[in-house]
Amino acid sequence: MNPQYDQLYQALTKVVGYIYPNEIELNWSILIVLYPYITGLVAGAFILASLERVFNVNALKPTYVIALLTSFAFLLVATMPLIFHLGQPFRAWEIMITPHLTSAMAIFGFVYIWYLMVVLVLEIWFDYRRDLVIWSNESKGVKKWLYKILTLGVYDISPEAVKWDEKLGYIVTVIGIPSAFLLHGYVGFIFGSIKANPWWSTVMMPIIFLFSAMVSGIALVMVIYIVINYIRKQKIDMLCLDTIAKYLFYIIIIDFTMESLDQIHRFYEAGESFEIISLLMSGKLFFTLLIMQIFIGMLIPLLALGFLQFYKPNEKLRRMIYLVTGILVLIGIFFMRWNVVIGGQLFSKSFLGFTSFKLSLIGTEGFLMASIWLVVPFLILAALLWLFPPWKKSPSEH
Amino acid sequence: MAGTLAVSAVLPSFNAVLFAATKPKKGPWYGIAIDIEKCIGCGSCAKTCKIENDVPPEPFFFRSWVEQYTIKKDGSINVVSPNGGIDGFTQKIPDNEIEKTFFVPKMCNHCSKSPCVQVCPVGATFESPEGVVLVDEKYCIGCRYCIQACPYGCRYMHPTKKVVDKCTLCYHRLKKGLNPACMDNCPTKARISGDLNDPDSEISEFIRKKNVYVLKPHLNTGSKLYYNALNQEVR
Amino acid sequence: MPSQLKRLLVLGVIIISLFLLLKHLATPVSFGQYGHYRGNSLNEIAALPVKYVGSKTCVKCHDSIVALKLEGLHSDIQCENCHGPAYLHIKTPKKDKLFRPDSREFCAKCHSFNKARPEKAVTQQDIKNHHPEKKCITCHNPHQP
Repeated sequence: MNPQYDQLYQALTKVVGYIYPNEIELNWSILIVLYPYITGLVAGAFILASLERVFNVNALKPTYVIALLTSFAFLLVATMPLIFHLGQPFRAWEIMITPHLTSAMAIFGFVYIWYLMVVLVLEIWFDYRRDLVIWSNESKGVKKWLYKILTLGVYDISPEAVKWDEKLGYIVTVIGIPSAFLLHGYVGFIFGSIKANPWWSTVMMPIIFLFSAMVSGIALVMVIYIVINYIRKQKIDMLCLDTIAKYLFYIIIIDFTMESLDQIHRFYEAGESFEIISLLMSGKLFFTLLIMQIFIGMLIPLLALGFLQFYKPNEKLRRMIYLVTGILVLIGIFFMRWNVVIGGQLFSKSFLGFTSFKLSLIGTEGFLMASIWLVVPFLILAALLWLFPPWKKSPSEH
Repeated sequence: MAGTLAVSAVLPSFNAVLFAATKPKKGPWYGIAIDIEKCIGCGSCAKTCKIENDVPPEPFFFRSWVEQYTIKKDGSINVVSPNGGIDGFTQKIPDNEIEKTFFVPKMCNHCSKSPCVQVCPVGATFESPEGVVLVDEKYCIGCRYCIQACPYGCRYMHPTKKVVDKCTLCYHRLKKGLNPACMDNCPTKARISGDLNDPDSEISEFIRKKNVYVLKPHLNTGSKLYYNALNQEVR
Repeated sequence: MPSQLKRLLVLGVIIISLFLLLKHLATPVSFGQYGHYRGNSLNEIAALPVKYVGSKTCVKCHDSIVALKLEGLHSDIQCENCHGPAYLHIKTPKKDKLFRPDSREFCAKCHSFNKARPEKAVTQQDIKNHHPEKKCITCHNPHQP
């Protein structure tokens, strides 16, 4: 028998209550969980980089380039889960050729290209241009040619030209901040605008997505910064780490407030979907929502980081706490995406029952495939760090 | 007095839910009417739909199906739709526990403000000039956003074509002057479809004479599937 | 204007022109004919084959049985509702025979007791106890029940 049907017949036995007959299959699976997760990391890491540049938070200087490269590495992968999830991946280009302007999803192609080409690539290019010229002279072989191509044939590194890089890079960053907000707020809108689904349909969705994106992106850069310095056996800049953690703490508070407000509002209004949604939260989503997302991913990091705002133990312990909280936050936000995407499809739109979801190990929608899309960005980041080592850059103005 | 005048001057006329759709000036504008008082739950509509339109026979893919709602004396609701009603219904709850029970045939509402058409990123699902919501299977990318957006659960991913599939109101039959297969094969004539633009059509008369309802009116989908004797419990 | 900006502008113009060219070449011909979709898809969907041909076609060969049916309680029911779609049968009647249902379960789909069935609309029977040993069609002629 067709293995897909096999899975569906199994799901059929696990249906509770009444669901519409077409609802047995969960249409958006793990790959669509990854999509907002990865885009969130992109937007969050970028916003952290912008903090340094636009708002002159000098303590964050050591992470500026790392944050940019992280953002870039994840952005390159962001569309992959989406394309692989399509029933017809080879028709994906249609979204650029004939975008249907009333569809929130159609604009993704353009928002993505804007963000990738106009914001991230340009900002990185302006930041690296002088180094690319210098490196293309110093290196040999393939690397030399790569750097040479990337200079786009502009070899002018006079102080005046470098000043222009600085100026243009700044302008791009300023454009970049609303763009990062747009990118992820917009991903929230994809879900928030579906009036058929009461678990998604809330105006808070873009805002929640935005702040959770910042939370996850900042945590990611924090973890990467600790790990990179550990691998390179460099002394970590504790002021920088403390500052990141401080911002992380504040933004988790905002994120937690927004998410709580959303739920409180839902419960207080107690509309027609109230019954099914409270059953969803206390039943099917108990582990992923209450334990993983809220307790592990939010309350523990909030307590740990809050504690460190008042009391500062020695550097080694602090580093350890930051590393662990960073990872917990990353896990928590992953489950936040999970609860939105999977949770929103577990209950029937008849509000009378639940279907079930079991993550398979293999297949394009399986656990292994999903893990690949989470590992690839780190490999890209490693390659980027090897090709464009931030620690070998000549010191910049900002 | 002046205030009343000013307000009435700017206030537009509001459309009733039944007429939320903006009809085209010329040509037919198809709608569907289902009389719950006539439905005997035989499942002929669901069965013929699957055959006429090559819908996969597995019980996960339906363009048309029938539900049995049972409101018990203890106040609880029980809904079933075994294999979409294709094999008929066997009453499991004894008569003396039942307060009310009835069948509800379901299918695409062919909404005039379709949430599914709104969200399609490429223009692969669309409303035909006759008001029929269709999917272009050569153009659909299979993102399934429309499945998420449909409040009525009327769409599914075709397991072998890998594109989204749904009721076409038997567009291929309409265009040849025939009725949709489910309508033709309903033994009690509980379901009809027809031209809403024609005031003398059977469906226009049905809507005029009966107290008809649409599903989930609060979602303002401009549904063109009108039920007679629909119970408010039905979602 | 600094040289790096000039270079980027040139590159930008090239990329956008390439995109517009691709968009022009790749958009299907009939796209946008009636709305934001492929106009030809309307004809493609309309051209799909009809499978349920309707009783009006059946009467051409089976006039006596159709006439019999029209006198009885099943007069409103299409022949193909019980016998299945006839689109192949009308082309190759010898080869493609239609379905002749005779099981009790088949009749039960409409006629078994169910509180949800409107009493006036259909005759109902206790299928379990009403002559369980016989087929329904032994006593009832389905064309004139």
